[in-house]
Amino acid sequence: MEADSPAQIPLVGYLRLGSSPHLVANECAHCGARFFDRRNACAHCGRREFTTVRVKNAARLKAFTIVHRAALGIPAPYVSAIVETTDGTSVRSNIVNCDPDPDAVRLGMRLKLTTYPIGTDDNGTEAVAFGYEPA
Amino acid sequence: MTSSEPSEPSEAPKSSPVASAAKISDDSVWVLGANMTRFGRYPEQDPVDLAAKASMAALDDGNVTIHDMDVLAAGSLFNASTGMGQRIQKQIGQTGIPVFNVANACATGATALRTVCLSIKAGEAEMGLAVGVEQMGKMGLLGGAGAKRENKRENKREKKVFEPSGRYGAVTGTDGYIGTEGMPGVFAQAGMEYANDYDGVGFEQFARVAYKNHLHSTLNPLAQYRKEFSMEEIMASPTMSYPNTLLMCCPTGDGAAAVVLVSGQRLKGMPTEVRRRAVKITASVLTSDPYTESSQVQPDVNTLTRNAAAKAYETAGVGPEDLDLVELHDCFATAELIHYDNLGLCERGGAGDFIDSGAPFRDGSTPVNVSGGLISKGHPIGATGVANVYEITTHLRGEAEDRQIPGAKVGLAHVIGLGSACAIHILEKSATT
Repeated sequence: MEADSPAQIPLVGYLRLGSSPHLVANECAHCGARFFDRRNACAHCGRREFTTVRVKNAARLKAFTIVHRAALGIPAPYVSAIVETTDGTSVRSNIVNCDPDPDAVRLGMRLKLTTYPIGTDDNGTEAVAFGYEPA
Repeated sequence: MTSSEPSEPSEAPKSSPVASAAKISDDSVWVLGANMTRFGRYPEQDPVDLAAKASMAALDDGNVTIHDMDVLAAGSLFNASTGMGQRIQKQIGQTGIPVFNVANACATGATALRTVCLSIKAGEAEMGLAVGVEQMGKMGLLGGAGAKRENKRENKREKKVFEPSGRYGAVTGTDGYIGTEGMPGVFAQAGMEYANDYDGVGFEQFARVAYKNHLHSTLNPLAQYRKEFSMEEIMASPTMSYPNTLLMCCPTGDGAAAVVLVSGQRLKGMPTEVRRRAVKITASVLTSDPYTESSQVQPDVNTLTRNAAAKAYETAGVGPEDLDLVELHDCFATAELIHYDNLGLCERGGAGDFIDSGAPFRDGSTPVNVSGGLISKGHPIGATGVANVYEITTHLRGEAEDRQIPGAKVGLAHVIGLGSACAIHILEKSATT
């Protein structure tokens, strides 16, 4: 029931929750370059028109590191990564539901987007982060 | 030596000027004096003390005084808004010359040096002083550890309401939730991306870079650490961000470095002994990130380095095969390995073979970081880009003592600061004998 679920808020504005969570990007209407933050002009071609596009959830692991000395309050070790979605967009993310072990994390492995709660505020609103898990 | 000429053995008689060594043209820029403090920890001194010490020693080394200087540029990243250049003047001489206080991430010192270079090139100055300094103590993780996040959490304790803020509409700190923003991890990912793209690169190759630089540092009295570690010790030391272990990361520390630059026109009138020790700056290049797709979500340390290298080689009229030694920005072992490729020291994709072959060791074909590099010499951020020019200068003068690369004539100094800024200086030995 909806009434039993806490209100949720995405960790970042470019994560869209709901029944099919996904990322969105500001895409240059001219050259197709994608940005997760707002830009005054396209950093690639300099044009100024953007549209909001949905980024595909399927991805491949391009680079990773296993962080043992993490920022304050972050459980470690965890896997930080750069993934490339099947529509060619680079995303920085954690790899989740995968052992933080160099033998378990394989460069090139297939991944898919998932979401998970990271905390609740005083109003009972739950913050939700995204990550990529082995597909 | 230039690629068109046959190579000479390093023990060749020095009775006549080497054909390849730099002649003095009016519009050239030269290193006249250079100095660095030993890198380390100086709790009894402040950054102004350290900068003044290196500056006065560089002036003495060039046999000039602050009254000969037409311009001063000071680089100190963590003191960028404190008038560092003017505070140094108060210690060593206030002559009313223009002062530039520069900040450009880990390329801060090199940017100060280039600022003086540009002033001379522009004809506004005949001589100038560039100084880089930093005092980091034990702040850890290149100063990026936790501070911002702590403040954010402090605020959240008052409100404890998730509200989107900032350019990404984040409701809390993102470091650790959206990948890592820590330096050891960012550079680890850069190395792992290279490992993804090319064969023969893995944990062992990255560890060997650190093995080499620790080994090299044992010969450098100015290095923060001078201890050899075995491959086993390096690989077994605590993991910071895989594959970078503690011994594959540069330490934080304190230190300063300074150089005095002079125009060719002015240098011509100086005594033979001064001209003999002067070192020509045959290329001074600064680049920033051109647009690349992946650099929108992670720093791309490769493209701007490749661009800087191409321009530097073209300007200096040399190629990677002409370099007798290289000081490059090994903030982490993963960074050094990919810069072999970015600087063209190896074939594309061949960085793993390059380190495995021994080529960048001091007795190899292209010695890299014979000072010990950032990994062992240390990395007081603002000082680094000046200190690596000091190192190359010292070898080209033949004054590097135990760590001297015999017969060195051409060297390259490279730094990169995230954001990003890349500076490359190519230096050449004087033709005056």
